Amino acid sequence: MNQNSKKKLTEVFASIKTEADKRFKEIKGDDDQNILIGMATCGLASGAIEVKAAFEEAIAERKINAHIMPVGCLGHCYAEPLVLIEKPGFPPILYHNVTPGKARLLVKAFLEEGDPVFEHILGSMEENDIIPSVMEFQRFNQEKRIVMANSGLIDPEDIYHYIAKGGYSALVKALTLEPEKIINEIQESGLRGRGGAGFLTGKKWQLTRDVNEKDKFVICNADEGDPGAYMDRTLLESNPHQIIEGMAINAYAIGAEKAITYIRAEYPLAVKVTKKAIEQAKEIGLLGKGILGTDFNLDIVIFQGSGAFVCGEETALIQSIQGERGMPQPRPPYPSQRGLFGKPTIINNVKTFGSIPPILKKGAQWFRGVGTEKSPGTAIFSVVGNIVHAGLVEIPMGISLRSLIFDICGGIPEQKKFKAVQIGGPSGGCLPEHFLDTPIDFDSLTLAGAMMGSGGIVVMDEDTCMVDVARYFLDFTQKESCGKCTFCRIGTKHLLDILERIITGKGKEGDIELLERLSIDIKEGSLCGLGKTAPNPVLTTIRYFRDEYEAHIREKRCPAMMCRALTAYYIDLDRCARGCDACVGSCPTEAIFTTRDRKKGIDQTLCVKCGECMTSCPVEYDAVIKVSPPELAPKIERPEEG
Amino acid sequence: MIKLIVDNNEIEVEEGMTVLQACLDNEIYIPNLCYLKEMDNPPGSCRLCLVEIDGYNQPITSCTVKVEEGMVVRSNTEHIRKLQRTAFELLLSVHHVDCKNCPANRKCELQRIAKFLHFGLKLKRLEPLDREIKVEGDHPFLEYVPNRCVLCGRCVFVCKKKNGQAMLSFAKKGFDTVISFFGEDNSARVSCEECYACAEICPVGALLVKNSKRSAHQRLAKNNNSQRPRPSGRGLKKGNNSLAASIPTLPGGALKGGGK
Repeated sequence: MNQNSKKKLTEVFASIKTEADKRFKEIKGDDDQNILIGMATCGLASGAIEVKAAFEEAIAERKINAHIMPVGCLGHCYAEPLVLIEKPGFPPILYHNVTPGKARLLVKAFLEEGDPVFEHILGSMEENDIIPSVMEFQRFNQEKRIVMANSGLIDPEDIYHYIAKGGYSALVKALTLEPEKIINEIQESGLRGRGGAGFLTGKKWQLTRDVNEKDKFVICNADEGDPGAYMDRTLLESNPHQIIEGMAINAYAIGAEKAITYIRAEYPLAVKVTKKAIEQAKEIGLLGKGILGTDFNLDIVIFQGSGAFVCGEETALIQSIQGERGMPQPRPPYPSQRGLFGKPTIINNVKTFGSIPPILKKGAQWFRGVGTEKSPGTAIFSVVGNIVHAGLVEIPMGISLRSLIFDICGGIPEQKKFKAVQIGGPSGGCLPEHFLDTPIDFDSLTLAGAMMGSGGIVVMDEDTCMVDVARYFLDFTQKESCGKCTFCRIGTKHLLDILERIITGKGKEGDIELLERLSIDIKEGSLCGLGKTAPNPVLTTIRYFRDEYEAHIREKRCPAMMCRALTAYYIDLDRCARGCDACVGSCPTEAIFTTRDRKKGIDQTLCVKCGECMTSCPVEYDAVIKVSPPELAPKIERPEEG
Repeated sequence: MIKLIVDNNEIEVEEGMTVLQACLDNEIYIPNLCYLKEMDNPPGSCRLCLVEIDGYNQPITSCTVKVEEGMVVRSNTEHIRKLQRTAFELLLSVHHVDCKNCPANRKCELQRIAKFLHFGLKLKRLEPLDREIKVEGDHPFLEYVPNRCVLCGRCVFVCKKKNGQAMLSFAKKGFDTVISFFGEDNSARVSCEECYACAEICPVGALLVKNSKRSAHQRLAKNNNSQRPRPSGRGLKKGNNSLAASIPTLPGGALKGGGK
């Protein structure tokens, strides 16, 4: 690019930036009061719409001058709905679990009267003398936000917010560079694909650039489908422009003029927000023909996936866009060589694209300074399950699992014991306690038998049956298998059947070995990543919790007492209070009867083992007892009628 | 021409050929179900033609790899046979084995592979799986037997090749996957009566010509109008059958010494 066009490019963008700064200042001026409400899907599900309505009403009622700004997600799911209030004279204050009632209270007490209502505060977003800062909590201070830097702090539906925060300057920088230079920078940064496999992003780009073809494609893979994973959705809902900017840089670097964001249709908000973002970027000349006065053209369209999990696999995703049945194809050829409509195609995950603008802005060396040598940068996880502070976290690679689970996410609720953690969704593995000091990076997790995956983490406490966990994940992958290849289509069904037989007490000697052998063959023989990783939960639970499998098979006992067929409830007659009827009404199957001395017994033939009686039995008696194997329950005869 | 080494024997084949085809052309049998010579992009779905190739860190389907000069291929290692037997047992576990009453008997590709792998037609480790399949949409000329189908997809391929657009397709997903005819029950709207390519190509007798006691294979043998080689260890009488004469690529000897 010559000096002239470089100058023109900078000028064009400077005027956009000026406009953005002006607009941002109008609402974020020194005298402005702002109410930022987290309105990504997680916030909406927790009641953010009602909260927003309450704020609007209260402000109008009290004639208070404040802007209400819907923002994306900060990642603190346990505290939703989250509201951030900016009031002159105070640091920005974060309120958690806000209800419409709390909203009205905050308007009156804080905005009107200047009392920040300490009891509802999660923390302040800046260091100050009055209110404890959120940075004093490990949940905040151990995070390192690169991809999520602006999530929850800007309005995702207003492009100027992102630009005012420095957005799209990386694209401008990229357009002044030679494409090779950009690819070099990405290669030097060591960025690895965040979709799960961890392939070097720069290398992939180089391979695609090297193919001598006029038409090339860039695809953003937002077909997130792992149970319990929602990173990609949240990113698109919170700051779609950072992803679009990354895609644009990518397209420029490999010489593509068409890009597709593949979002699953079950993410309507993400689709809506991204669509709007693309339109806005087009409107001000950041997408479309002759971007920012250069000769670079790029069109981004949204393709909505119809919910098949396997379409997250890149070759199946391509088939799906082409209008074919979403079935994976053998690789090679890799999409970087021959992808969508036979053209070289880059497919990167949402988080990978989100990492691009910061790398270009701050340089490869800066990025390498975060995380570990082989896995630089940050990892975004959705931590769910038996965990105190569930939510999205962005942490530098290399942090230990222990630190993530116990320090950052607050450990296991109700003082229960940690049992295992499933990393990488249904493709990943279950790691037990002695792996807690494993650093979180691509290679260490793979070595342990799990995988980075796309970032779903499910934490399990002592009440979890590991055989049942394996069954759960197999049930998922088996249902989501596309049915193309023999190993996955039929093999996973056999695995599931064997697991089901084990948890219902019909397991046989040799089942564990059969599971192992089948799993190994399925891993090796399957066509695509889904089949190749589907047995991982089985293999890791057998490897680390073999005794539980053996207990199920040999003793017909479920050590966690979770498998219904292997457990029973009975009422301890020494503890049961004469005349108390608390459990009777709770039983959905009328399995509870009264004994001759007016105590209670459970008819095992009617009991469905829901556990309601145990919950309803008053604590002072605590007479309902759960046992495994079921034979341990003493027989209490139901007295003859009449 | 390209030279490569398969199981310690050097073979010479044309450039651009798949490893599987190269082997088959040189009397090295590799079990396969979903592959056809005319395919540009073989689906690689049956997973039976796995081989070891130097430079690949794990077994790979030989139908999806093109031959390269000096390539070293192993098709008969213990490891490969183990994987093939597992794949075969998986297929068998959903295959309704009733050879006596099956029109494909003695021409069935599964029988042939069972023999080659020394596996037999009985399950060794797995329980048979029942698929509850309701086939929707009745076809005027064709009958589909899902419990025989191995979902190789050959029928879909030949239909598309012959008619431009496939009139049958995979339907449903995962374990429930079946071949479906788009519910075409109006005989005036389908031209299948003149074609039957799908039934002819079916390796297991899952697609049959309706109202005909004769299977497509028998039709095929009688009409003698196919170029497709259909080798089989037995079931074809030497000399007097024109179909047998059309199968020069694989003499019966190739079946010897396969599986251990």
